[in-house]
Amino acid sequence: MKQKKDDKKNKELTGAEIFLESLVKEGVDTVFGYPGGVVLPIYDALYNYKKLRHILVRHEQGGVHMADGYARATGKPGVSLVTSGPGATNTVTGLATAYMDSIPIVVFTGQVPTGLIGNDAFQEADIVGITRPCTKHNYLVKDIKDLARIIKEAFYIATTGRPGPVLVDLPKDVLTATHKFHYPAKASIPSYQPTYKGHPGQIKRAMDLIVNAKRPVIYAGGGAVNSNASKELTAFAKKLKIPVTTTLMGLGAFPGTDPLFMGMLGMHGTYTANMAITNTDCLIAIGSRFDDRVTGQVEKFASNAKIVHIDIDPTSISKNVEVDVPIVGDVSEVLKDMIKAIPAKTKQKGREKVIKEWLSEVTTWERTHSLKCDQPKDARIRPQYVVDRLYKLTKGEAIISTEVGQNQMWAAQYYKFDKPRTFLTSGGLGTMGYGLPAAIGAQVAFPKKTVIDIAGDGSIQMNIQELATAVDEKLPVKIAILNNRFLGMVRQWQELFFDKRYSHTCLGKKPDFVKIADAYGGVGLRASKPAEVDKIIKEALKINDRPVIMDFVVDPKEGVYPMVPAGQPLNKMLLV
Amino acid sequence: MKHTISVLVTNEFGVLSRISGLFSGRGYNIESLCVAETADPMISRMTIVSVGEKRIIEQILKQLNKLVNVVKVHDLTGEEYLKRELALIKVNATVDNRTEILSIVEIFRAKVVDVGIKSYTVEITGDEGKIEAMIELLRPFGIKEMARTGRIAMGKTTKTK
Repeated sequence: MKQKKDDKKNKELTGAEIFLESLVKEGVDTVFGYPGGVVLPIYDALYNYKKLRHILVRHEQGGVHMADGYARATGKPGVSLVTSGPGATNTVTGLATAYMDSIPIVVFTGQVPTGLIGNDAFQEADIVGITRPCTKHNYLVKDIKDLARIIKEAFYIATTGRPGPVLVDLPKDVLTATHKFHYPAKASIPSYQPTYKGHPGQIKRAMDLIVNAKRPVIYAGGGAVNSNASKELTAFAKKLKIPVTTTLMGLGAFPGTDPLFMGMLGMHGTYTANMAITNTDCLIAIGSRFDDRVTGQVEKFASNAKIVHIDIDPTSISKNVEVDVPIVGDVSEVLKDMIKAIPAKTKQKGREKVIKEWLSEVTTWERTHSLKCDQPKDARIRPQYVVDRLYKLTKGEAIISTEVGQNQMWAAQYYKFDKPRTFLTSGGLGTMGYGLPAAIGAQVAFPKKTVIDIAGDGSIQMNIQELATAVDEKLPVKIAILNNRFLGMVRQWQELFFDKRYSHTCLGKKPDFVKIADAYGGVGLRASKPAEVDKIIKEALKINDRPVIMDFVVDPKEGVYPMVPAGQPLNKMLLV
Repeated sequence: MKHTISVLVTNEFGVLSRISGLFSGRGYNIESLCVAETADPMISRMTIVSVGEKRIIEQILKQLNKLVNVVKVHDLTGEEYLKRELALIKVNATVDNRTEILSIVEIFRAKVVDVGIKSYTVEITGDEGKIEAMIELLRPFGIKEMARTGRIAMGKTTKTK
């Protein structure tokens, strides 16, 4: 008996088996994958393997976006598995998307056997070389002895510090070799030590500035979501009564329905948020990185303000905008310390009155320039109205993903996100074709929740094949196509800045999305008149066993406003 | 301004390409880059000479630090440090000018390391200024070939081990 037990203990596993067992040890429950030649050993080991759910995607890019959507919605790392060569190169857009938005995913690619690397073998691509600039880190496993350790490190790097994608390249002979399986309890990488705690002296300096500011503004970004800092952010803003704006990536980090929330800032930010930034005397940047779509003309961005910047990544600090008080650390940790450092009310002499004045100024902007989503009865459907109805009919409780362009901006403007991790969008890279697979990833993680991809008729066609994945897996993702027969955002730029010369932006009335949904085995619904909008949304929300396309035929002339033309200061907004 | 940056990295394949990729990808300037093992075979030292405004250099240092394989980054500029470069210079040498070349070599405390029928190969170490000066003096004789290492450097205190 003892002999048998020892045999089991000393039993060697294949690389493919070590790979699967490592994922399980890491707490992975789902892998979004696509098989191929060199990863066959893994797929063979997956046959009848019960400890992981494998979702067969239809394109590797879709698989990586699904892992990304899963990661954004859950906060856990998403995992994707693909074959070598074209399988691997198809992951590049997905990796770059996750890299720009700091999303923890781990992508495993097959590779030709180590002996053939460099020989231009069939389906060989130097994926480690190709993805070096769009991953946080990547590995080529050359020896089965290193496999478990590298997988441990990959997950550790992906999820700690500023999160990001990690790629691990697995040569076929490593997958078929055998070795004893030992999964390390901890990753130890001496050259990688992220800073979590903020410097106490800096925190004190920041608090002095903030408490004495007359017109403070909080500008929170994706870092607040990544660090799960919503609770601290909300408490901090409320205790000090500081109005909050967020970036596209930060939506949901602060409750969208809170009176202190001013909406998103930047190119398509609200009038209130952009005016507040222009007039603030103390800007508190929290997990945000002063992206050009946020700042507009950078010299005029919060140019009257002292700037406090909290970020876990030192390279984000003073990259685009010089800041006065940088604090390197985890947003949630730093905010906890800052909340502790808030002085007692009695010590905030005269502050109440000053802040009241500031908030009343903010409210006036809001009152005079609020976003409008009214729908004239006999006019064509307005896309803004569709998003507003989606918001109302889902009671704001849906997980929303978007494609990229007008659909994305309208979703950001008109859906109010009260909770973090409910808005999934490709902010940094701006990847069309992101929304559907991301929605599928989120729906896999939360089968009972309503998940809606707010899409355009252009973007949706970039990964529409994933409808098949959703049908296979009985995932009831909803796809709301704001169908204006145009590449709307490009068309808008042509209208405003290129003399209405609509060069190659008209997509026409094809395809018939209702028929497409039907052909894949989903449900297709269409609304051509305002009165039909609610009807098809309600119908779609009832479906719980397959994907639904809602094809909203909207007015192609609608634009996204306010708009700050690229390179202009934020207060130079084009209003409707 | 010219900065000399000393970078300790883990001695693994692909590290050089991570660093050079960082510079090319973000549009930073590299004047020279030298790399070789340190006393610890697991660690290599890279000496990078880069030119840029303060803000850019600051970004370079932070971005280098961010790479998982980078153990330590140290900007030597602005403190006392040793810098050296080595050059091999193959220069035309005829019966008429050999003595003249040898006297230049002696002045610079360089060495003739190879003698051909029509050439001398000179080895010189020193900072760039010294090497440049030597090259200028040898140029009139006709330089046939030259190889330079680029700068290596080390702080006078033992800050980066």
